[in-house]
Amino acid sequence: MTRIIGPIARATLLEAMRSRMLWLVGVLLVLSLAAAGFLGQVAIIEAAEIRVTVVAALLRAAAAFLTAAFVVMSMVRESNDKVLELMLAQPWPRAAYLFGKLVGFSAAAVLLAALLTLPLALIAPAARVLAWGLSLGCELIILTAMSLFCVITLTHIVPALAAVLGFYVLARSIAALQLIASAAEASTVWTDRAANWIVHAIALVLPRLDEMTQSAWLVGAPPTTGTLASVVAQTGLYTLLLVAAAQFDLHRQNL
Amino acid sequence: MRERPLSSVPVWVTALLAIALALQITLAASRPEPTAKAEDLSAPPGVSALQLAALGEPVALAKLLMLYLQAFDYQAGSRVPYRDLDYGHLEQWLSAILALDPDGQYPLMSASRLYAGVPDPAKQRKMLEFIYREYLTDPNRRWPWLAHATVLAKHELKDLPLARKYAVALQQHTTTPEAPAWVTQMEPFILEDMDELEAARVLIGGLLASGRIKDEREMRLLDRRLKLLEERLREKKAGKRP
Repeated sequence: MTRIIGPIARATLLEAMRSRMLWLVGVLLVLSLAAAGFLGQVAIIEAAEIRVTVVAALLRAAAAFLTAAFVVMSMVRESNDKVLELMLAQPWPRAAYLFGKLVGFSAAAVLLAALLTLPLALIAPAARVLAWGLSLGCELIILTAMSLFCVITLTHIVPALAAVLGFYVLARSIAALQLIASAAEASTVWTDRAANWIVHAIALVLPRLDEMTQSAWLVGAPPTTGTLASVVAQTGLYTLLLVAAAQFDLHRQNL
Repeated sequence: MRERPLSSVPVWVTALLAIALALQITLAASRPEPTAKAEDLSAPPGVSALQLAALGEPVALAKLLMLYLQAFDYQAGSRVPYRDLDYGHLEQWLSAILALDPDGQYPLMSASRLYAGVPDPAKQRKMLEFIYREYLTDPNRRWPWLAHATVLAKHELKDLPLARKYAVALQQHTTTPEAPAWVTQMEPFILEDMDELEAARVLIGGLLASGRIKDEREMRLLDRRLKLLEERLREKKAGKRP
């Protein structure tokens, strides 16, 4: 199995390296450094904090979008070029193909996280940047798995990308939604209570992305080892869930 | 593209999915529920930063921020949620939301009906002053909240000079025909409560003489009030009343 997964993963990583994504990352790095310089100039107080938090938030959002877009478009292109059918026609289980793609995309995502963490090392303490970068890598792995699941299920670029970005926004804001919905706990109106129940039910099947890769780690209290361990555990578990769901769907597809 | 039957999915894949889902739900359920503590309400970002974050939708952001602010009030199991808030930060939030959406009534409604209702005179005064300041920037739209603030100052804080200050502002700045007449006629009644009978008499007389009162019943009511005042003044001068 490893002999099959390895080459698929390597080919996927090679695709990421040879595509123009690296150029895009380079432009992003230059822009983020320029933004850091600009913000440092215009801020009257807390210039360092403003610079770090704004740049970190921008890089996080850009990394999420790039990852989702790359995975979705690469998979759709492979499907259109009939590479997917060729792969599935080989004498190996469908799981091998999926794991190979997941490993390749995840490696590309981790590489992307590492590259995008670099400019922050110039403006924030190294230990904190390292923790932030680790968390960003975990977040991007979850997004990779989600993108794979969505593109296998929905098969087209626009619905798959919309679903992934919707998932990302929802997972980032679910805690705030829970807080707002919990206002209905005291309500006697059944629709309020139902809304509260639905929001809490959705929260059960979402990862808490709002607790990951926080800009506040770079300027306020750094994350504890427990927090980072929780981030890694959540990543492992949620990736497993998404891969299982993607496997399930891939096996049901009549290819 | 027809889907293959469920039986074509290997058992280990189905089992893996079920186990991973169960683990995720267990992990999510074991996490403590997110809670907003009153002391956690920090200062809002600057209005410029909020406008930038609004991405051209300041009104939508203002509505969302108001709901966010509300999350600090509606805390399960809390009997006096508003009193625990940092009112300095609360005022900054309300100001920022009003700056994003000046036509929105929600922030001032919350300030007058909710946040000014706490059993803490200092915090009540802070909210009332906030309402007063914001009223002055758009009197014809924001008069209901200053009218309520006037009632609170008079009946809850028992601060008649403060109530009079608000009543004077209402009378001087509210010009919209939508505002009922009593909104602009509160000052004489407050003066009467302050025992400033002469000033109250002059004000009511002035109101009647100005011709601004069109409603027959209101005119009769004010006229009766004027006569009562004059009677009280005569009694006072005669030494019958303290």
